[in-house]
Amino acid sequence: MTIRDISQVIEAEVICGDDQKPFEGVYVGDLLSRAMSHVGYDNLWVTIMSNTNVIAVATLTEPAAIILAEDVRLSEEALGNARANDITVLTTGLSAYEICARVSCVTGERKA
Amino acid sequence: MAEVLKFHFDIDGSDFSSAGEASVMVKKKLRQLSYDPEVIRKVSIAMYEGEINMVIHANGGTADVIVSDEEIVIILSDKGPGIPNVELAMQAGYSTAKDNIRNLGFGAGMGFPNMKKYTDELHIDTVVGQGTTVTMKVLL
Repeated sequence: MTIRDISQVIEAEVICGDDQKPFEGVYVGDLLSRAMSHVGYDNLWVTIMSNTNVIAVATLTEPAAIILAEDVRLSEEALGNARANDITVLTTGLSAYEICARVSCVTGERKA
Repeated sequence: MAEVLKFHFDIDGSDFSSAGEASVMVKKKLRQLSYDPEVIRKVSIAMYEGEINMVIHANGGTADVIVSDEEIVIILSDKGPGIPNVELAMQAGYSTAKDNIRNLGFGAGMGFPNMKKYTDELHIDTVVGQGTTVTMKVLL
């Protein structure tokens, strides 16, 4: 499943970056040091943080995409950095919980 | 690779928006040199945490990265306030970051724990009122 596929599932707009690549797994979190050590390659990183430091962490950890929940938008500076570093960023009005629930439903990752 | 590679960065302590740039540059360099992705990840996390610490607590400093056949050494030096209690600073969840810093997503208290976790050696040389030098090694 690609970023574009999942963007439709979570009603997200692709703000920047490649949406044709696949993803695997999800990490949710706003504390950057936690994200730094837990965001995995090709994850979807769901967060409500939108400053340019988020882009730096994504550049180092290489998630498939950052998903901004609750209609959060990137600052102009962060958007410029995201584009410069080829980071894919999406935004949606859904909550982090709803994003995860929908992703889980379509990827079959729910184990409960 | 017989040649030792050295990188030097001046870390601007006044600009949070540029925090992490040195780590990103080192990562890109190591990627170009085709290092193991896990080694790159360890160096990236450890250096980023140190770089952020210098910006948050010490008004910046310098970062030196030395790459040899055996190891990657990261040396972060600042002239900040020093660390009064290193043992406490090493505890996961302990942070002295102020609210305005926490609002940016920092201050999780995972800086030093991450530096220790993702490196093979961590040495902290600190003097209160004079500054701190953090030396980290990732073995290859």
